[in-house]
Amino acid sequence: MAELHYELVTPSRLARSGDAFMVVVPGTEGDLGVMAGHMPTMTAIRDGEVAIYSSEHQIETKFHISGGFAEINEKGLIILAEEAKEEN
Amino acid sequence: MPSLKSLKTRVSSIKSISKITRAMQMVASAKLRRAESRLAAARPYAKRMAQVMSLLAARAAGTPNALPLLNGRGKDQTHLLIVTSSDAGLCGGFNANIYRQARDRALALEAAGKTVQFYVIGIKNAPVIRNNFPGKTVHETKREETSPVTFENAQKIAQDLIQRFNAGEFDVAHLFFSHYHSVLSQVPTETQIIPAAPESDDTKNQAAANDASSGAIEFEPDEETILSTLLPRSIAVAIYQAMLENATSEQGSRMSAMENSTRNAGEMISKLSIQYNRLRQAAITTELVEIISGAEAL
Repeated sequence: MAELHYELVTPSRLARSGDAFMVVVPGTEGDLGVMAGHMPTMTAIRDGEVAIYSSEHQIETKFHISGGFAEINEKGLIILAEEAKEEN
Repeated sequence: MPSLKSLKTRVSSIKSISKITRAMQMVASAKLRRAESRLAAARPYAKRMAQVMSLLAARAAGTPNALPLLNGRGKDQTHLLIVTSSDAGLCGGFNANIYRQARDRALALEAAGKTVQFYVIGIKNAPVIRNNFPGKTVHETKREETSPVTFENAQKIAQDLIQRFNAGEFDVAHLFFSHYHSVLSQVPTETQIIPAAPESDDTKNQAAANDASSGAIEFEPDEETILSTLLPRSIAVAIYQAMLENATSEQGSRMSAMENSTRNAGEMISKLSIQYNRLRQAAITTELVEIISGAEAL
């Protein structure tokens, strides 16, 4: 299956970009697991964790974000956040 | 004719000034590099934000209960001119260029019978505006509000602006800053940030194209809620971007100003040294002539 291209952008830098199996986004209406070929969506994000999955069961990394907004279009997923901090 | 002594002191004082300007030039070039990279880092976010905003704005334009931040309140009596400037001087015509643009705009607006107010970011342009447009300044930022340039600081300014807008203090806000092209060229620029409705044909076309291709976008929670949370943020982003552009332009402008003054100092030193040497030679010659003619007279 095709990989999902994602970008995590903050005002001060491009925090992370790449391809992943799935990215879980904490939308205001509930968590969204975004995979390649997701329908175009725009959603506000509540403060919480973005998890990037490299495969079905493996989480590559997690980010704590606040003040966010996500756009999913045919090119991939773009998360605009005011702050993004990688969790170890 | 200046005396030998006065020439010597002049040369030495110019030398120490040129040391200072050279040091400032080097500091500015180091800071410029840092500011440039920060500006580049901030660009993706601003670009994305602008794309999303133009898309949303195009979709929301038709709705009757559109947001005042986006479409205005239907009047444009009071204009707020947000003028940015640096917190430090000695940066060539940087602040004056921004001010001149804002002043021309203010005079044009006043001639058209509008009310003009100023909101000054950065301390250097504040006294100029206070003197030339007395009583028109609604707010001047302090040094700690603008440096370092961070998104939090920009956000605070944006919140203050939005509060003032909601309180009905002004109808239209223009932002003046210096757009950074290169070290040699910084262009004073004006953008309208409130209301944020895209006006130029370019953005309209782009928005229309976006609209056509994005017929089936799903919104969570709904367009209006998203728009109303994003609007204040996009204003903060615009201000942050302007502050970054300004900081970069300031360093670029200071660098070239200091480079010029270092070069000028070098020229002056060589000119004065030649004059000094000639004068010394002349004095020696006179002395010799005096001695020789004195010896001949004996």
